[in-house]
Amino acid sequence: MSGITTSQYGSYHSKVARSRATSEPSWIRYGLTTIALSFLALFLFVPLAAIFTEALRKGFDTYITALIDPDALSAIKLTFIAAIIAVPLNLVFGVAAAWAIAKFEFKGKSILITLIDLPFAVSPVIAGLIYVLIFGLQGWFGSALVDHDIKVIFAIPGIVLATVFVTFPFVARELIPLMQAQGKDEEEAGLVLGASGWQILLRITLPNVKWGLLYGVILTNARAMGEFGAVSVVSGHIRGMTNTLPLHVEILYNEYNYAAAFAVASLLALLALVTLALKTFVEWKVAHNASHNEAA
Amino acid sequence: MKAPSKIKQLLVALALSTPLLTLAADITLLNVSYDPTRELYVEFNKAFANYWKAKTGDNVTIKQSHGGAGKQARAVIDGLPADVVTLALSYDIDEISAKAKLIPKDWQKRLAHNSSPYTSTIVLLVRKGNPKNIKDWNDLVKPGVSVITPNPKTSGGARWNYLAAYAYALKQNNNDDAKAREFVGKLFKNVPVLDSGARGSTTTFVERGIGDVFISWENEAFLAQKELGPDKFEIVIPSLSILAEPPVTIIDKTVDKRKTRAVAQAYLEYLYSEEGQEIAAKNYYRPTLASVAAKYEKQFPKVNLIKIDDVFGGWQKAQKTHFSDGGTFDQIYQK
Amino acid sequence: MAKRKNILPGFNLSLGFTIFYLSLIVLIPLSAAFIKTTELSMPEFWEVITAPRVVASYKLTFGASFIAAIINAVFGLLTAWVLVRYPFPGKKFIDALVDLPFALPTAVAGIALTAVYSGNGWIGSWLEPLGIKVAFTPIGVIVALTFIGLPFVVRTVQPVLEDLEAETEEAAASLGANRWQTFTKIIFPAIWPALLTGFALAFARAIGEYGSVIFIAGNMPMVSEITPLIIITKLEQYDYAGATAVAVVMLVISFLLLFAINGLQWWSNRHSSAAR
Repeated sequence: MSGITTSQYGSYHSKVARSRATSEPSWIRYGLTTIALSFLALFLFVPLAAIFTEALRKGFDTYITALIDPDALSAIKLTFIAAIIAVPLNLVFGVAAAWAIAKFEFKGKSILITLIDLPFAVSPVIAGLIYVLIFGLQGWFGSALVDHDIKVIFAIPGIVLATVFVTFPFVARELIPLMQAQGKDEEEAGLVLGASGWQILLRITLPNVKWGLLYGVILTNARAMGEFGAVSVVSGHIRGMTNTLPLHVEILYNEYNYAAAFAVASLLALLALVTLALKTFVEWKVAHNASHNEAA
Repeated sequence: MKAPSKIKQLLVALALSTPLLTLAADITLLNVSYDPTRELYVEFNKAFANYWKAKTGDNVTIKQSHGGAGKQARAVIDGLPADVVTLALSYDIDEISAKAKLIPKDWQKRLAHNSSPYTSTIVLLVRKGNPKNIKDWNDLVKPGVSVITPNPKTSGGARWNYLAAYAYALKQNNNDDAKAREFVGKLFKNVPVLDSGARGSTTTFVERGIGDVFISWENEAFLAQKELGPDKFEIVIPSLSILAEPPVTIIDKTVDKRKTRAVAQAYLEYLYSEEGQEIAAKNYYRPTLASVAAKYEKQFPKVNLIKIDDVFGGWQKAQKTHFSDGGTFDQIYQK
Repeated sequence: MAKRKNILPGFNLSLGFTIFYLSLIVLIPLSAAFIKTTELSMPEFWEVITAPRVVASYKLTFGASFIAAIINAVFGLLTAWVLVRYPFPGKKFIDALVDLPFALPTAVAGIALTAVYSGNGWIGSWLEPLGIKVAFTPIGVIVALTFIGLPFVVRTVQPVLEDLEAETEEAAASLGANRWQTFTKIIFPAIWPALLTGFALAFARAIGEYGSVIFIAGNMPMVSEITPLIIITKLEQYDYAGATAVAVVMLVISFLLLFAINGLQWWSNRHSSAAR
């Protein structure tokens, strides 16, 4: 097993230049490149450019004002809180799930994997609704929570729960194929040499999958900060209290404050771009490591 | 680049707002409201905070939550701890009473004018010069006229729109229900986009440039004209419209628990005061206080207004007949 | 290798924690939807999920998601191919941008797409004179769903294309196959499982999408109303049981789809390891 495993969302390494026999005539190359770029332009570049153009339409001053507005700052804070709680929770879960699924055989494994994936395909609307059904005043625990003055929905815990739900599968999904491909020879060797289970996990398994792990964290974080639908259902939309950044964008938009709405949106797009830059770096590292391994 | 000066401003503002040592209590209220009242309550909340500070010495901060009326009422039913709700129609508050028992059944009798401190109505917003020559509701069913309204299933304002058109058709056809249904059916056939809320529709009409006429709250029409282009739109007053009464109430269970009943009650009553009414009028809501109404008489054109209780037998009945699943609105699309 | 006796520790702990956390965050909450539905009798349930407006919304949701996934399969494959095989300026940057729809909040995507594709937008103003209306029609739904599903096909196909051995293509060429034959006989069969997986992922993601679609769809009953919006509409009428009934239908379909995707992935893994 010499080849590195490629994760779900792709990691790659450059290939040697191809000979003429395995390449296309230049007009096909240019044609295909043009078509692909036009497609990306229509669906990706133009909408992205629109966000920044609209954001800066009323000048840089308005742009900054929109971002340092107290409500915007509180939305930024809440978004970070949700991400900071959701990411580690799903990280620990992802490692545990990947360990169980990749290193052991058991019945019902494919159903378990499917269930882990389920939040990915569940409509965000439903994701929010189910927490209302449980923690809402008319829900299962509603009156008990009120009696003890515990707020779940329309408060930070509800927003965190919804965020955890929508970002549930990503770390596990990244790690499972990676750890499966790496097998368990190294771990077994460690065991024979007298290492404990935790030592094996921390010294052997995790270092082997660290880049995949980081990539999973990046994806989780990106999705956590951008989630709109599910959070919208459980937020209550209280200005300056329970609005996350995506919800703040919607509010500004609904106040005809288009420039400010797009300014905050562009902040989220920038966050996404930073995340993507990080991701590119991670992938470059993966490729780098892989070529090292191959050379060794 | 003026950015640094902006940041400096912010820092100064932060420094100044550091609380001084006082014995005054700090109270927060949560007002859960519908979409078009944002500007109104920004202004009113400031005025009330000043009034309350002067009267009691306490600092009151009012937190706002805005959204579609149905969604907002649902949030309160599911536990959003609103001290007061100020929604688009009484049906949604009735549901808070029925589904969650947070307020007594007769909540609407507790304050004057059916608990509606300000009223509004439904008007037509057209593009400058009125190119399609729209004068009244019957111009909206003409072929080639494109009409913008939000979805009555998801927007409280749109239900008022629907009922206003329906009431007009009833009057034109000697209360013939079938003909009225046909009329609104034709009208909705001219609707190319049904946004889920009033603000979404305004954006569609104004920013996207879709539609010849926009059925809208009067206050939203004035606001859209002011905010988005005074030279771009005209308001057309139909021959008949509906008296929209957006009601307010305190949420008894919440204010008793949070011990905010006195201030919440005062908050709503202040809406009826001269200053409250003045602010409502400035934000294009029709005041109910005679003195303020007289002062702003010129701003609000005279409209022949029908009441929902008279023509439709109240909100409960109107909701059931027209907007529930399988109601007259659904029938328009099921052929 | 699987047959060998497993000596690694931590199986009970890791599986136990996995199932505990899965139950707490996903399974128990989702079961709330199923339990709420039981407030309806079977005939009532059937009536809710087969009402004409609801059925029309399934058709739109699944139809538009399917078309969007097809578009993504075709152009995603092309994009992956170009990104892997051809050099062009700014490639790294564009490659990174492909993931953007994943990270951008859906509401922002919806607002931006509507602004661009409406009759007075940058692209819409070019299409409108040609008689093509995108925003506020079912086409708009497809555009939004294509946007949010864009990364999936590219990101599943890309690594497989990179791992393809140049030798097999060279061998085919030396045996007299032309480029097209090499592609259809050698390359395509190798990337086919990954393409299917990417297609299925984009499809599954599109079905549940709400935030970006409502801005651009127009939301006309029977025409451009998606199923998640039906759920919201039912909630606006305080019809929780009806809303969860439709939600349950979507949940079951999502589960089956994912199950199929995982089957595909398993098959794809076997296929590619057999090819080596």
